[in-house]
Amino acid sequence: MSDIDTSRADETATGTAVGDAARHADRGIAGDADERAAAAQLSTTPSEDAPAAAGIGVLGWLRWFWRQLTSMRVALLLLLLLALAAVPGSVIPQNGVDQLQVDLFKEDNPGLSAVYEKLQLFDVFSSVWFSAIYLLLFVSLIGCIVPRSWQFVGQLRARPPRAPHRLDRMPAYATWRTDAEPEDVLATAHRTLRSARFRIAEGDGAVSAEKGYLREAGNLLFHLSLIVMLVAFAVGQLWSVEGGKLIVKGDGFSNTLTQYDDISAGGLYDFEDLDDFGFTLDEFHSTFEPSGPQKGTPREFRADVTYWDGADGAERQESIEVNHPLEIGDSKVFLIGHGYAPVVTLTDGQGDLAYRGPVPFLPQDINGTATGVIKIPDYRDGEGEPEQLGFVGRFTPTYGLNAELGPHSTFPALNYPVLALSAYHGDLGVDAGLPQNVYKLDQRKMEPFTGADGDILRKSLRPGESWELPDGAGTLTFERVERWASFNIAQKPASGWALAGSLAAIAGLAGSLFIQRRRVWVRARRDDAGHTVVELAGLGRSESARLPEELDRFVATLTAEAAPLEDGPDADADPPADRTDPSPDGGSAVGADPRRRS
Amino acid sequence: MNLAAANNQSLADFSTVLIYSAMAVYVLAFLGHIAEWTFGSRSKVARTASALSPRRRSVVAPEVRAKATAGAAGAEQGGGTAVLDRPKVVTRSAGARPDVPDGPGAAAGDAQGDLYGTIALALTVLAFLVHAAGVLTRALSVQRVPWANMYEFSTTFSMVAVASYLGFVVAKKNVRWIGLPLVTTVLLDLGLATTVLYAESDQLPPALDSYWLVIHVSLAIFCGALLYLGTVGTVLYLFRDRYEVKLEEGRQPGAFATSVLERLPSAASLDKFAYRINAAVFPFWTFTIVAGAIWAESAWGRYWGWDPKEVWSFITWAAYACYLHARATAGWKGRKAAYLALAAFSCYLFNYYGVNFLFSGQHSYAGVD
Repeated sequence: MSDIDTSRADETATGTAVGDAARHADRGIAGDADERAAAAQLSTTPSEDAPAAAGIGVLGWLRWFWRQLTSMRVALLLLLLLALAAVPGSVIPQNGVDQLQVDLFKEDNPGLSAVYEKLQLFDVFSSVWFSAIYLLLFVSLIGCIVPRSWQFVGQLRARPPRAPHRLDRMPAYATWRTDAEPEDVLATAHRTLRSARFRIAEGDGAVSAEKGYLREAGNLLFHLSLIVMLVAFAVGQLWSVEGGKLIVKGDGFSNTLTQYDDISAGGLYDFEDLDDFGFTLDEFHSTFEPSGPQKGTPREFRADVTYWDGADGAERQESIEVNHPLEIGDSKVFLIGHGYAPVVTLTDGQGDLAYRGPVPFLPQDINGTATGVIKIPDYRDGEGEPEQLGFVGRFTPTYGLNAELGPHSTFPALNYPVLALSAYHGDLGVDAGLPQNVYKLDQRKMEPFTGADGDILRKSLRPGESWELPDGAGTLTFERVERWASFNIAQKPASGWALAGSLAAIAGLAGSLFIQRRRVWVRARRDDAGHTVVELAGLGRSESARLPEELDRFVATLTAEAAPLEDGPDADADPPADRTDPSPDGGSAVGADPRRRS
Repeated sequence: MNLAAANNQSLADFSTVLIYSAMAVYVLAFLGHIAEWTFGSRSKVARTASALSPRRRSVVAPEVRAKATAGAAGAEQGGGTAVLDRPKVVTRSAGARPDVPDGPGAAAGDAQGDLYGTIALALTVLAFLVHAAGVLTRALSVQRVPWANMYEFSTTFSMVAVASYLGFVVAKKNVRWIGLPLVTTVLLDLGLATTVLYAESDQLPPALDSYWLVIHVSLAIFCGALLYLGTVGTVLYLFRDRYEVKLEEGRQPGAFATSVLERLPSAASLDKFAYRINAAVFPFWTFTIVAGAIWAESAWGRYWGWDPKEVWSFITWAAYACYLHARATAGWKGRKAAYLALAAFSCYLFNYYGVNFLFSGQHSYAGVD
């Protein structure tokens, strides 16, 4: 795309490379052609072409469009637009980031949601308009970076340019007279610059030197790395798969499509490619802050699993923690949630066992107050009629009661577990074959069991306690509590490329921001009086204090071998005469920008 | 590991006392700076005016410029007799107003003002030491790095900002002008931290318990603190630039503006200061985001998931990238680029305050109810 500090040279129509040079050119001082020549090829910054003339035809317009797109100004606008376009992605809940919030938002704002839906505001980062911006930006970037890379290769082969005629017009300049021979001065200069690892060319009684090619290399590397990152990100999205699975302690999981609670994959992912592995949840540990203001904040989660990988099937033990996923093949298994599953037994109206097992309840707050549903699809009532039962429940690992919250949990560990239930009978709606949310009870065809006063019957159970349903409808026993943990199983290709790209980008950035590309010239000639006049000049890609400092060090080295003559007016620190001459327009200091004056 | 242990709690309380003490000393430093600026207003140097007023520019400017550039270029090594003989490097600045010298500083050569300025700086050093001790004891009380909630982040943030400022002072950079705005905002930051954002010292929730916390968050703090210094430079640049433009056009700025802005560095120096900081921090900010992505990949199973915090760090990154590019684009450099820099830092701030309070995301560690 561009350099970081001085870049696509929109600022000048002269077609020269260096921003500084361009500004100098603006001043209208004669002889700046010198400096422009001196600055040529100091970077690969492209020139800005004149706007297309009328009547240039389709090809001309295409070319004009391409030039616009790859120009710095348009790239800048696109980058700004990209930043702005990301804002709604943080304000409006996003699909795939926080599904729950999206659903809640849609429930609360049905009208607005329809508009948002049309504008893809729930999917900002995969929306057409967001994609359009970044794709244009990257096309612009590629259109700029590829030609510049070629140019840079050419520059690497080239020699530093000849010394400009007027060295005193360069941004940093020093001169003095000496009795040393010009050839000796130049030889010393050559040696000094060589040991400072400048690239050197000699001729016409002057030494030209250039250094800091890594700046351009870093700049190009940074922008190329951005492309690598984008591609890696896209590949990661298209060929990724990610699914969730809730596992009760003692249960197992094998990595096939049907085993997932939910799974989503990128557009090009083939479910046949799921890694062949599985694991069993052996134990789940958790500890919580026992007291203090952050009481109940989790301190440690650990899931101990036994897993097998691939065809050999050898079983291995491993622990999965929050920051330590289990890596199997290309897949990673992350621990993302945990909770409790009350183990219940239901004997039906005929005394037969209708259900027995753990039922995972989903935590609703930090203290583990959880809700859940027990569905009994296969059951006979007191008269032996087949019916279905459903229980809506609240589980509190540490039961507490107050006026504000009602019954709730006061601590996330199992200190005083209580299961509160209300029972329904009728048709669960599971027979229709449609997938159903296991954590919700469809009450449309269900009727609550009611007491004598007509209120819905509720019952609170401690582990080991039973609830006898009215009319001999059966007995539910809350036996004990089991732990469950939920896992996220993800397979994301190209993340290694994304990492490599981002690290290369940082290296490139450092190069392009911390390294200076600069040229130094040393000229030594004999003047009329027979003395040697030494001139030193420096020109940088950007204005920096380091260039004069560096030049000053060269001056120190050179004067050690070519001592300045005390008497000469040129040896004085004053700027050369023409630098302070009043300019024709009535006399301002050199350097005042004419644009400012108007 | 039991946090209820009495020594830890008392250490945490001690830390809070230290932070309050630091605030008290910062208040004194603030008063010192006010005195410095007040006494400095007695001095009437007005060299900017002489350099810029259209009438006098041709007469005064050359000498001033020669001095300014030689000094600014740092080419005048030491100034002792030993180097008097060495030819000097003459620089030719390319800025829009290269001949404007830097202001004389808050005290403007006034002896009393200078004394108060020195006292204020000494007090800032003292306050910083107390402040740093406060942060350190907080870290010791929880036996981890002190960046797990907004209180800890804020106290560390202003500590790093002051440390950077003092570092520049030690390196003999021309940064004394930043003293008053910095101390003022540090007081604001600490005030917010101790009242609104305060959270009891505590251990880390499991998701934060990773060495990436040290890398990712310390970098975020370091970058933010430096970017903040750059932002102060940018804000002052905008004022100073307007002042210089007015002078240049022959208009008369207000008396207050003249008194205060005259003593600041030139617009070109302020702009350069801000740019250097922003440009130098940018790679580190990039690495902050990358480190966060690496951590997210191991904690949440994805390196980038457009969580609000991630979105805003991306926006901040893009905004600073815009600024860096704009500074080199015709029609954008100068004031417009400066506004972009301000917008970019606002994004950083919003990412901190706004995102923590307004949005719920996976970065919800504010520790504030």
